[in-house]
Amino acid sequence: MPSGTVIPPSTQLGWRETSSLSGTGLTIGVLAMQGAFVEHVRVLTKLGATVREVRLPRDLDGLDGIILPGGESTTIGKLLEAWGVLVPLRSAIARGLPTWGTCAGAILMARDVTDTLPGQPLLSVMDISVRRNAFGRQVQSFETVIVIDGMDTDVPFPAMFIRAPKIESVGPGATAIATLDDGTIVAARQGTWLATSFHPELTSDARFHAWFLDIARANLEHSSDPGFAGAAMP
Amino acid sequence: MTTITDRPVASQVSANGATGVHARTESTWAVKRGLAQMLKGGVIMDVVTSDQAKIAEDAGACAVMALERVPADIRKSGGVARMSDPDLIRAICESVTIPVMAKARIGHFVEAQVLEALGVDYIDESEVLTPADDEFHIDKHGFKVPFVCGCRDLGEALRRVGEGAAMIRTKGEAGTGNVVEAVRHARAVLGEIRKIRSLPIEELMTEAKRLGAPYELIREIHSTGVLPVVNFAAGGIATPSDAALMMQIGVDGVFVGSGIFKSENPAKMARAIVMATTHFRDAGIVAEVSRGVGEPMRGLEVASMPAGERLASRGW
Repeated sequence: MPSGTVIPPSTQLGWRETSSLSGTGLTIGVLAMQGAFVEHVRVLTKLGATVREVRLPRDLDGLDGIILPGGESTTIGKLLEAWGVLVPLRSAIARGLPTWGTCAGAILMARDVTDTLPGQPLLSVMDISVRRNAFGRQVQSFETVIVIDGMDTDVPFPAMFIRAPKIESVGPGATAIATLDDGTIVAARQGTWLATSFHPELTSDARFHAWFLDIARANLEHSSDPGFAGAAMP
Repeated sequence: MTTITDRPVASQVSANGATGVHARTESTWAVKRGLAQMLKGGVIMDVVTSDQAKIAEDAGACAVMALERVPADIRKSGGVARMSDPDLIRAICESVTIPVMAKARIGHFVEAQVLEALGVDYIDESEVLTPADDEFHIDKHGFKVPFVCGCRDLGEALRRVGEGAAMIRTKGEAGTGNVVEAVRHARAVLGEIRKIRSLPIEELMTEAKRLGAPYELIREIHSTGVLPVVNFAAGGIATPSDAALMMQIGVDGVFVGSGIFKSENPAKMARAIVMATTHFRDAGIVAEVSRGVGEPMRGLEVASMPAGERLASRGW
């Protein structure tokens, strides 16, 4: 794109087919307490996964992975606690359940959160520090494109930041996999866990979801291997 | 397919465009609409003080609407209802970490400019306030801040989207605690969408004319089967069952105005409505959360209300 030409990424890219139905045979949960969960359900379904909305502890049984969507982290956290989902979900993730948090979901996953409410229920599993609403209020929300390390393509990914959190640091267990031009970390990976400040589910680009499904499938095959001890982290 | 809703807004800027590599574009249509997508499945509560805003946030509200008087009190006090005091809005913005919305009068683009300058996250161009223009609404594409607008039917919803509203809500009849009008408006919008889905393509222009809606948006709905923006219910929701009713009818979330802080126990009512909105299909849970919430707000019968007192008829 020539410099000076400003075209929102969400409108310049069409649906990027990832060729495969990479979700076939996988059961993926999408936390459905509040927020943009239907958008994730739609992409996962399109990629062939069996999708289950998660609102109660019993919805966690038999999942091969789970997505924690964008929304209000304070609302989602309170609902997780009120319905007894917080503790079993945290245990499932700690046992290695492939998990991807977008925006509010990334806040819930982070071990350390700045600028949330005192006593806010969080999952606190992933070795990242996150600052809530770090880019400012809604008028500072923006779109850009970024490159994701580990995704097997050089085509930049459209990224939408909506009252988004920043990943201020990654601990020894986690790796930064995407940054803005100014160095701000906006995506991280820790084994089978992904956290993004932005919203692939709001774009027409399914590559990030396909990548998460690949991680979930690899985990499933790995854990059915008799030598696998079920350790949390590779 | 490029549609008129993909049109970038006039005010887009590039925060770090100087590097030219990965330019940032603020306030695009997708980003404006995107915040509304983050509010889905949630409850947006009217609050008139910072303390109420905290109660709402603690109860699990996904956003608050900052205003001087809730609609039930606007009805009682009469006079001209205007945008709220900037000090009040700023205080509420500082007291909570969730998004803050505020209301501007229909057509009052300067009130909207002031609200944008104050940094609110969403503006409600609202019939609950006294209209400033009895013919024209605000050109909402011209703002960086996104707008939500009320509607009674699909034509009105799509006129507002055409003007740049990034989120739609039913008007209902605000300040009555009576859900009947919200039900009527939600059924009208969703029923008209179902009808458009079933029409052959050659009938769409005449349908656009009949509804008074932009043709491109009718075409879009014909192919997608959904509104191009998030659609909440508002106006008269007063109990957990009211919220679950609107969700089952097919809206994306609910606004509760007078229904929280005009009830006997606002904190309990707020929390119960949040719970019922998440678990709207589970009657056992709606029953459970409805226990012991105290008296809901006292309601008004809309059918016997003089036409001049109906707020929903404001807007064009």
